Amino acid sequence: MGEILVVVEHRQGEVREITEQMLWKANDLCEKHAHTLTAVLLGGKDEPFIQDLTERADKVIAVEDDRLKDFNGDIYKEILYRLIQENHPLLTLIGHTPWGMDFGPALSVKTGLPIATDCVDILLEDGGPRVIRQIYSGKIFSRVSLKKSDGYLVTVRSGAFPADKVGERKAEVIKLEIPADLPEVGKQFLAFEEAGAGDVDITQADLLVSIGRGIGEEDNVAAMKAFAELMGGVLSCSRPVVDKNWLPKYHQVGTSGKSVKPKVYLAFGISGAFQHVAGITGAGCVIAVNKDKKAPIFRVADYGVADDLFKIVDALKEKVSA
Amino acid sequence: MDIIVCVKRVPQTQEVDLEINPQKNDVRKDMLAYVINEWDNYAIEEAVLLKEKLDGTAIAITVGDEDDEEVLRRCLAMGADKAIRIDPGGRILDPYIISRILAAVIKGLNHDLVLTGVQADDLNDGAIPSMLAEHLGLTHATVVNSVEPAEKGATIRVELEGGTDEVSKIKLPALLSIQTGINEPRYVSIMGIRKAAKKELNVMKVEELGLSEEELTPFTTVEEIYLPPETEGAEMIEGDPGTVAETILRILKEKGVSR
Repeated sequence: MGEILVVVEHRQGEVREITEQMLWKANDLCEKHAHTLTAVLLGGKDEPFIQDLTERADKVIAVEDDRLKDFNGDIYKEILYRLIQENHPLLTLIGHTPWGMDFGPALSVKTGLPIATDCVDILLEDGGPRVIRQIYSGKIFSRVSLKKSDGYLVTVRSGAFPADKVGERKAEVIKLEIPADLPEVGKQFLAFEEAGAGDVDITQADLLVSIGRGIGEEDNVAAMKAFAELMGGVLSCSRPVVDKNWLPKYHQVGTSGKSVKPKVYLAFGISGAFQHVAGITGAGCVIAVNKDKKAPIFRVADYGVADDLFKIVDALKEKVSA
Repeated sequence: MDIIVCVKRVPQTQEVDLEINPQKNDVRKDMLAYVINEWDNYAIEEAVLLKEKLDGTAIAITVGDEDDEEVLRRCLAMGADKAIRIDPGGRILDPYIISRILAAVIKGLNHDLVLTGVQADDLNDGAIPSMLAEHLGLTHATVVNSVEPAEKGATIRVELEGGTDEVSKIKLPALLSIQTGINEPRYVSIMGIRKAAKKELNVMKVEELGLSEEELTPFTTVEEIYLPPETEGAEMIEGDPGTVAETILRILKEKGVSR
């Protein structure tokens, strides 16, 4: 019997969904292998969600300090290092998010405990954990073992597990002071800033005509915008289109953009990276057009067309205008 | 400002049918075309932009075989002053070993800033930036989409979820992992690469770095790779474009979004 530690990710007084997903998986592993579940909360004084955590863990360790109200990877790493040294958890789960990517691998080096990152499943077996990862843009799955050790770190991909509350647990809350001898940190939080709003709101559209890398060149963007309007829809896009400055950020669907919920999502030339797919889980129906019949988008779409998007667009234009 | 940029050459796997190798621990790579990892392309551009603004040097580093020098030549053509390749000599690599190797080399070089991509397109670990920073004892930030030099440091933006950025001040020296879209990477011509052939490209062997066997033991081992399990997936619409268009319009009508 060992301990599974979940590092709580939260922002501005709210728990992030990744935390609930990690708690779901930790509960699953604890039930299968008779381990205990500890949630570690590094935050400000009396974070409002602490009560919810007590219903999903056997123990909540809360380190409360104003310096922890906003995330700082250096401080997270230091405190977690000490907690791991004292408690020797078998497994520590961290979100594979911008924050988890910041301190997770560094924590692995500092503790000497092996880490596997961006995992979509975790198997605990004799001889240590194995994880499942998706590589080559999700076209291949990989089963990975970790170097034999007393403890292991795993970062979990967003959306890999459900967020539902499961298990019957009741945690005692152990409040700890922030260590007095923290080393000086080199990074200082200033502010959160939201991306600007635009002239369209893709979260409100019933029909989204969405374009990705397969659009090829900038000149095609205006044509696709006209096509979206012809269809009575709104133009949206995946990350590469925004990275190339072909459309402003407020058109972007996905983890770092917007989550959308149209009745129909028409995806043209979008391969379906998981960051993009995470933004369309609320869509009523997804129709994907992509030349690559193995594109991961076809695994989540309701309907697929493995063909040149421009041929399909031209045919649609012709039928609609007729 | 002396800047080190870590880059990787990766196979292009979009619109390609991947085959699994006989050992089942990687895909067959003999038929694949290679490019610079997309994130690293933004990182090298950012390094060159900062160098142009503030003077100093930019050095591009990769851990790889002779074929991987292609991406270093590309970096030199983009404006890096010097390049280093560390030959792993057939070793099986993982993020831990690569970060150890990079750290051993970077320790011996002047650096105000170490830049990497957020992750590599092929294996998606996203682990090296944070590991490398820890080996080097550097302050760091990951998923950075803006760097503005300021007194004794820089103001940076970290891209979080849902269009939120986290703005921070960071002291130098530091390591930053660069997100795509931070800049517009310059075009590299064949002529440009030829011209840059005169620039220094040094090759080192892992054995020269004085790393212990422990430091060169991977944290992770690929046991087996496999194709994604067949799920229900999309219902494929077959036929010529006209037929496909009719089917799509029928679906739009059913869903109540047709004109």
